Amino acid sequence: MKRTGAQIVWETLLREGTEVVFGYPGGANLPLYDALLDYPIRHVLTRHEQGAAHMADGYARASGRVGVAVATSGPGATNLVTGIATAIMDSSPVVFITGQVVSRFIGYDAFQETDVTGITLPITKHNYLVTDVHEVGYTLREAFYIARTGRPGPVLVDIAKDAQQASIEWEYDDSPIRLPGYRPDLRPVPKELQKAVELIRAAKRPVILAGHGVLLSGAMAELQEFAQRTSTPVALTLLGLSGLPADHPLNLGMMGMHGEAWVNHAIQESDLLLAFGMRFDDRVTGNLNNYATGAKKIHIDIDPSEINKNVKVDVGLIGDLRETLDMMLEFVEPCDHSEWLAYIEEMKGDSAVRDIQNLPDSGHLYAAHVINDIWRYTDGKALVTTDVGQHQMWTAQYFKFNTPGNLITSGGLGTMGFGLPSAIGAKFARPDAEVWTIVGDGGFQMTQAELSTAAQEGLKVNIAIINNGYLGMVRQWQEFFYQRRYSATPMRNPDFVKLAEAHGLTGLRVTQRSEVEAAVRKAQATDATVVIDFQVEQEDSVYPMVPAGADLHNMIRRPMSNALVETAQDTV
Amino acid sequence: MQHTLVVLVEDKPGVLNRVASLFRRRAFNIESLTVGHTDQRGVSRMTIVVDGEETSVARLTAHLYKLVNVIQVHDLTTIPSVSRDLAMIKINAPSENRTHIMQTVDVFRAHIVDVSNNSFIIEVTGDGEKINGFVDVLRPLGIIEMVRTGVVTMARGASPLPDFSTNGHRPAVNAIMQLNQYEQGGIEWQA
Repeated sequence: MKRTGAQIVWETLLREGTEVVFGYPGGANLPLYDALLDYPIRHVLTRHEQGAAHMADGYARASGRVGVAVATSGPGATNLVTGIATAIMDSSPVVFITGQVVSRFIGYDAFQETDVTGITLPITKHNYLVTDVHEVGYTLREAFYIARTGRPGPVLVDIAKDAQQASIEWEYDDSPIRLPGYRPDLRPVPKELQKAVELIRAAKRPVILAGHGVLLSGAMAELQEFAQRTSTPVALTLLGLSGLPADHPLNLGMMGMHGEAWVNHAIQESDLLLAFGMRFDDRVTGNLNNYATGAKKIHIDIDPSEINKNVKVDVGLIGDLRETLDMMLEFVEPCDHSEWLAYIEEMKGDSAVRDIQNLPDSGHLYAAHVINDIWRYTDGKALVTTDVGQHQMWTAQYFKFNTPGNLITSGGLGTMGFGLPSAIGAKFARPDAEVWTIVGDGGFQMTQAELSTAAQEGLKVNIAIINNGYLGMVRQWQEFFYQRRYSATPMRNPDFVKLAEAHGLTGLRVTQRSEVEAAVRKAQATDATVVIDFQVEQEDSVYPMVPAGADLHNMIRRPMSNALVETAQDTV
Repeated sequence: MQHTLVVLVEDKPGVLNRVASLFRRRAFNIESLTVGHTDQRGVSRMTIVVDGEETSVARLTAHLYKLVNVIQVHDLTTIPSVSRDLAMIKINAPSENRTHIMQTVDVFRAHIVDVSNNSFIIEVTGDGEKINGFVDVLRPLGIIEMVRTGVVTMARGASPLPDFSTNGHRPAVNAIMQLNQYEQGGIEWQA
């Protein structure tokens, strides 16, 4: 059948199961947008291509399927860059389709020409420049295949305008993808597996470090079975949260820079670390020289380059986490670590007195209270996306995630502005879910234009702005490490309630803890997107905190007497 | 210790750029990189020499394999092999020096490939050390310009690099297992 390149794009996307794409039209992708009108694919017009990229990312993370974002050449494509880098750092499967100038102009600095494949080379899993209509179909199939297999990641396909316009005889080809150098299906060697089993049998103080890989490979049940059978406590990375239910007795909580004290102490004192689909990021290890020095280490990852990258391990098992755990479970015998677990429980008890939840009500509205209340009033069932900063860490600490995949956050790249667009993407993926985005006043304003997108699409998300009038995390570092010299961190914000109203949406303001429940209920009862401006304590900090580069057990703790008056450094 | 890697890649636009970009991005230092066609259509072969002291060969290999267009990586460092570099040296050759230069060229089994009134172009092949030695001998005579291709390497004996075309990607994974020789951790992979 005669098809244009643009038609081939949408035909192929339909075959890949794409239902919605996020994008922005322009000169070099006009043929794509013209052809789109004839296909049953929903297009979401964003207000900025960065928003489209984060929406596709949020969609991918919430659905487990490949997200798609579309942009034009030049500035359209460069606006995607932050979103692409976000996706690769967090192993998110997204296909980016960009228009490129007509192929005979490539290299001549044509209007809106940019070397997009060059720019995105280090931040994509793979990318393509397509100048021949004959290559459009199978290139897109390869792109989807590469994006979703192995360690998932973003793939960009840059299609010249003439390749979109040209017509050829074309039928969809569903023959197997042939990429001689691409190996997404590695499996661990049995000999190494046995070494791991031996280490597990010998361990007295084991800790599982569960990362994003648990969710990406769908190994939640295997993780739980493994932890229960071996009686091993589980510490989670930020992106691993929800890999094991928060209320599971073996779930310790989040590890790392803002991990709870008992979690980091347990890791430091352990004699065997079982790293499952995590990558020993500097934010979870602290100073590598003094990281879990008494522990043997087993690392399971699907990406061979992660093994021995940051932390030298005793056994490295390369493969899909779920398959590998299945293989291990054939050999792993029940263990009893009640003494070790009791020791950790004791540490937990010591920390409880510092927990903000147990502090007397001072009449101030604390962000942690707000987030904990949202968790409570949504029965812990909401799908939550966050921006980056203090509110993100408080969400990790005080929103207890029991449902796999219910936290979507930018971990590796730490992208401010991710919260709102990723929530919009997630809502398209899971329309029945109650979607909240918890954002700071700073990050929200980076992509707040996407409020218009939500309004135009008639989409319902709940936006909780944790408004402390500062770029809070930077302010916290300035407080701790720069003698409270608040350089460029105070923010004068717009009236967020009026901002919501300007979009025809509901805006609410909360200044007292007693008002939190009513606001959450009101948001839940409203059909359209709601913005809640939670005006919280301005100079609160996230505790505990491992200063960058410090040993993992060397934490700044929340001052016990008065959370706000004392400077945190007194307690180092 | 110098490591010599043979990297088979798909012959597609931009592949050299991907490899070069990887070296820059991950701060790997290369001493020499050559690339050219092979007898198999669609497959190019790179020979990359790195200093194993400052660059972890295991890490480099793993990252090379992450590039979709990289088919196989082999470390030939500990495998008996033949390495060759080719140099062309343009040298001052006034009549009083010509006999001396031609004798030196014979000793090194090099060839004079261009002759003008006052200069020669000499072509020499050999391993890196031989060419360095030859250049040292010629230098006092006045080198006008010089070009080297960089090292290419091939394992000795009849067996070829594993043939990837017959069984998909699996030999590539076996190649990753060579990492084992350099890693204390005892890491192995299999497909």
